[in-house]
Amino acid sequence: MFNQDIVKPENLVYKKTDVLTNNVMHYCPGCGHGTTHRIIAEVIEEMGIQDKAICVAPVGCSVLAYNYFSVDSLGAAHGRAPALATAIQRLNPDHHTFTYQGDGDLAAIGTAETIHACNRGENIVIIFINNGIYGMTGGQMAPTTLIGMQTATSPYGRTVELNGYPLQITELLSQLPGTYFVTRQSVHTAAAVRKTKKAIRQAFENQKGKKGTSFVEVVSNCNSGWKMTAPKANEWMVENMFAKYPIGDIKVDGELVQK
Amino acid sequence: MAAKGTVVIDKERCKGCGVCIVACPKSVLALAKNVNGKGYNYSEAVVDECIGCASCAMVCPDGVITVYKVK
Repeated sequence: MFNQDIVKPENLVYKKTDVLTNNVMHYCPGCGHGTTHRIIAEVIEEMGIQDKAICVAPVGCSVLAYNYFSVDSLGAAHGRAPALATAIQRLNPDHHTFTYQGDGDLAAIGTAETIHACNRGENIVIIFINNGIYGMTGGQMAPTTLIGMQTATSPYGRTVELNGYPLQITELLSQLPGTYFVTRQSVHTAAAVRKTKKAIRQAFENQKGKKGTSFVEVVSNCNSGWKMTAPKANEWMVENMFAKYPIGDIKVDGELVQK
Repeated sequence: MAAKGTVVIDKERCKGCGVCIVACPKSVLALAKNVNGKGYNYSEAVVDECIGCASCAMVCPDGVITVYKVK
């Protein structure tokens, strides 16, 4: 079912942006990381900031993010991406430094760096991928793992008595005066992807205006860690993750809009 | 009526996750019986009803889908 007549440059509706390299991503099939990479790259292309964007890669699944973004990149020590981004942005104030971190990196080992960078109101963009699990190391429990969720290190499900409550770090950060824009989005449907793209665009625009820290959480799936197919993992995410991590803006233009 | 749109899928880069199949409002896409060089059943268009909405391309984690539409 292939219409050769329609395939003409003037009919082009959508094409992968050139800000993403042509390397095949190492992510598992259906992983939200790839989608998020793509929309960040699209925003960078649309804003024409490819030569000014600097990616700070974390430790975690997205440790090799610099293989996929055709922008300058640095790899930070585990959890220290906001600290490194602070230095880069202070030394290059007209550049666009963004960190790309998972929940193990940002909400576990990097909690201190994240909170202090946000509290200082550093002019950086933090993209936070929350899939409630340590994906890279084999599906261990993360601070964001839901109550009752089975992981490699909580095979009978996470319990409050033993493991405490899931950490809603995005709500926590929204309380800090340094954060200017805090939002939670997802990438499981085309509409959600468009909204997330808009949020990321807003974050980079805020950075251009030197407004302070912009924090975009992307609730994502981890089909390998959750042991499901990709479409099933997306369904599971909608049913379970969104109850604890509701989608929507939390802080816009420095004002709380939720809670 | 001929389809208004069409998708070009980079078979070798497709990982066959099936997210695009769920996203397609016209059920145009399906996983192929054949596999690509990496052993994945890649996604392909099986019905000539594509409207060129680009929903599949928006959700594709690997950015393998290029969409065309008659304007």
